[in-house]
Amino acid sequence: MKTTIASLKKGESAIIKDFDADIIPLKLLEMGCLPGNLVKLLQIAPFGDPLYLDINGSHLAIRIETAREIEIESIIK
Amino acid sequence: MSKQNINVALIGNPNTGKTSVFNALTGLKQQVGNYPGITVEKKMGFCKLSNTIDANILDLPGTYSLNASSADENVVIELLLNKNDKLYPDVIVVVSEVENLKRNLLLFTQIKDLEIPTILVINMIDRMDYKGISLDIPYLESHLNTKIALVSSRKNIGIDSFKKLITTYKTLSTAPCLNASSIDEDYFDTLRKTFPNQSLYKLWLVITQDVNFVDLHRKSLKNNSFTKTDSELKRLQQKETIKRYQFINEILKVGQKVNSATAKDFRSKLDRILTHKVWGYLIFFFILFGIFQSIFEWSKIPMDYIDRTFANLSSLANNTLPPGAFTNLIAQGIIPGIGGILIFIPQITFLFLFISILEESGYMSRVVFLMDKIMRKFGLSGKSIVPLISGTACAIPAIMATRNIENWKERLITILVTPFTTCSARLPVYAIIIGLVIPDQFVFGFLNLQGLTLMFLYLLGFAMAIFSAYILHKVLKLNCKTFFVVEMPNYKLPLLKNVVINVIEKTKAFVFGAGKIILSIAVILWFLATNGPTHKFSDADTIITSKNENFGLNKTDLNSKIASYKLENSYIGIMGKSIEPAISPLGYDWKIGIAIISSFAAREVFVGTLATIYSVGGSDNEDTIKNKMASEVHPETGKKIFNFASGISLLLFYAFAMQCASTLAVTKKETNSWKWPLGQLVFMSGFAYIVALLAYQILK
Repeated sequence: MKTTIASLKKGESAIIKDFDADIIPLKLLEMGCLPGNLVKLLQIAPFGDPLYLDINGSHLAIRIETAREIEIESIIK
Repeated sequence: MSKQNINVALIGNPNTGKTSVFNALTGLKQQVGNYPGITVEKKMGFCKLSNTIDANILDLPGTYSLNASSADENVVIELLLNKNDKLYPDVIVVVSEVENLKRNLLLFTQIKDLEIPTILVINMIDRMDYKGISLDIPYLESHLNTKIALVSSRKNIGIDSFKKLITTYKTLSTAPCLNASSIDEDYFDTLRKTFPNQSLYKLWLVITQDVNFVDLHRKSLKNNSFTKTDSELKRLQQKETIKRYQFINEILKVGQKVNSATAKDFRSKLDRILTHKVWGYLIFFFILFGIFQSIFEWSKIPMDYIDRTFANLSSLANNTLPPGAFTNLIAQGIIPGIGGILIFIPQITFLFLFISILEESGYMSRVVFLMDKIMRKFGLSGKSIVPLISGTACAIPAIMATRNIENWKERLITILVTPFTTCSARLPVYAIIIGLVIPDQFVFGFLNLQGLTLMFLYLLGFAMAIFSAYILHKVLKLNCKTFFVVEMPNYKLPLLKNVVINVIEKTKAFVFGAGKIILSIAVILWFLATNGPTHKFSDADTIITSKNENFGLNKTDLNSKIASYKLENSYIGIMGKSIEPAISPLGYDWKIGIAIISSFAAREVFVGTLATIYSVGGSDNEDTIKNKMASEVHPETGKKIFNFASGISLLLFYAFAMQCASTLAVTKKETNSWKWPLGQLVFMSGFAYIVALLAYQILK
C-alpha cells in the first residue's frame, strides 16, 4: 500500500513525494501542495475527516479521499 | 493645476486583510455595485493620494491565482486583460500577508507577467516580531522587480507612505520577475510567432481559461496547429506553478528569515478546542443560540419604537394636512410603507453584525471543517454552512456564497435548500405573529417563550433545509468529482472598522433594494384599496348610512362601518375575497389573503400590507399595527382572527413557502436553468400549504 497523507498520525510531518496530476486539483497545488514540500497533519475533524494540514506554511483542510491520492515519504514523528 | 485621476486595482489572496487595506484607503467613500450581467459584487472606493492625484480604488474579489475556477475569479482576469475597460488599472496593488508570504507571492508573480506597474503590499507587519519573521526588503524589491509597502491595516501603520508610493506608479518596473515560458520553450515560441503583438502570458491565460476578449478569442486560438489537449494543458499549468514556487522559494531563502523559536502558538490551542469532537459542537450550538436569542431580545425595543413612531407620523399627517386623496396617499400608503421597510433595520443589523464577526475572526472556517463530514451525509458540503447561516440574513447573497463549493452536486443542493433557512424578511412576519399569539412569558425563569418560538422556527428552517437536501441527495443522479479545499486562516480579533463598514453596506443595500419593492407595492395596494369597480364602493356612504339609520349608531362606529364596507368592495377586497375559499381552511380571512397575494414576490411585504389594509380600514391612525391586528375579529363567529391556530398556521406557511422573486432569479442565474427555480417554487409553496392546512385543522 502507498504511504499517503491519509496515513499520517496527528502531529506527524512528511515530505510530499508524488501524486497523479489529473486527480489533484490545480487549486491545491497553488496553495503549496507540491512534491518536495513539507506537510504536517495538525488536526483531524470529528469522525476522522477532513484533515487539517500545514502544507508549506499554508493552513488548509482537505477531505480524506484527496489525502489518499498524495504520496509522502520520510515521516517525521 | 488640473487634477489627475488614476485607477488602482487591489488584488490578493483571501484572508490577507485586503478589505481592511481598502477600508484604510477609502474610509466610507465606497460604492458597492455589480459587474454588468453577473452577480459578482463590485467594490469601488475613492482616495485622495496627494494634492495632484486622486485615485479610484477597485477592490477585486479575493483569489489564489489567475487560473480562474469561479465567476468571481473570471472578473479579475477579464478586467486585467482588457486594456479598453474603463476600470483598467494604471497600477495594481497585490496585497499579501507576512505569515503567508510564500503562497501570496504566487499570485504576485502571475500579476507581474501582465506587464502592468505593480506594488507589493505586505500586510500585518505588526505580527512580525510575534511570529519571529524578518524580511530583507531591498533584496526582495530588486529580485521581484517591484516596490514594497510594509503596512498594518489593523494598526494603521504605513498607510501614508503606501499612498505616496502609489503616486510614483509611473516609475515602477513592468518587467516580469521570472521567465515562466521556459516550461515548454517550443510551444511558447510558436505562440509568440503566431501572435507577435500580444503579451505571451495573456495568450497563455486565454488558452487555459474560459474568458473571451474582443481582440482575442479562445476558439480561434484553440483551432490552431499548436493545440494541446486539456490534460496536456493541465500538466503545463502544473509545471508553471512548480516553476513559480521554485523561484519564490529561492528568493525567500535569502529575503526572509523565520526564527521559529520565538513563534508562539496560540492558534493550535484554540483549534484544539474549537474543532474538538464535543466542545467544538457545543460551542457552535451556543454561539447560534446566543445569536438568535439576542436578535429577538435586543431588536425588540428599537422595533417597537419604529412601529410607534410611524403610527404617530401617520396620524400627524392625517390631522395636519388638508383632507383629500393626496393626504390619504401619504398617511395611509407612503408612511406605513416606509415604516414597513425601516422596521427591518434593527434585526438585519444584528444579523449582519454577527455573521460579519464570525467571518472576520476566522471562526467560520473551523465550522466548515467541523461540519463537513456530517453535512456530506446529506449531500451537502462543510462549505454549505456559510450559505445556510448567511441565509438567515438573506438568501440572495447566501446563494452567491455557494460559488466556492467545488463539487457541482453539493453546490446545486445547497442552492436549492438555502431558501428554507429563515431569512430576515421572514422575521417581521414572525415577530408580529409571535407577538400576537404566543404569550410573553418566561419558562424556567429566564427563557423567553417568544424567543423560544422564534428559535424553534429557525431550527425548523434548518431542519427542513437538511431534510430536503437528503432527499435531493438520494434523488439527483449527478456524477461529480468530489473535491474540497478550505483555507484555515489565522484567528483575528474582528476589526471594528471592517465590521461596521460591512454592516452599514449590507444593511443599506438591503433596505434600498427591498425598500423600493416594498414601497411601490405599498402605494399600489393603497390605490387598489381606495378604489373600487362598482357603485357599491363609491356609494358606500349612502348605503351604510341608510342601512343603519334605525340603530342609532354614533358617528365613529358609523364611519368605521363605512370604511370596512368600502374596503370589502375595493379592488383589493374583491381579490382577497376571491381567494378566500382556498385559504379559509388554513384559518385566514380575506385580509390575510390580500397580504399573502402581495407578499408573493417578497414576503417582507406582508406586514406592510396588513399595515396599509388596517390603516385604510380603520377610522383612527393612532394605534400601532400590532394592536389593530390583535383586536381584529371575525365578523360572523366573533372569534379573533389572529388566534393560536391561525397564527401557528401562518407561521408555518411563511416558514416554508417560496415567496421571493429575487431568490428565484438568483437561482436561475446560478444554475443557468429555469428548471431549478420552478422546482423550488412548486415544491416549497405546495409543502407550505399542506403543512399550514394540517396545523390549523389539528389546532383549531
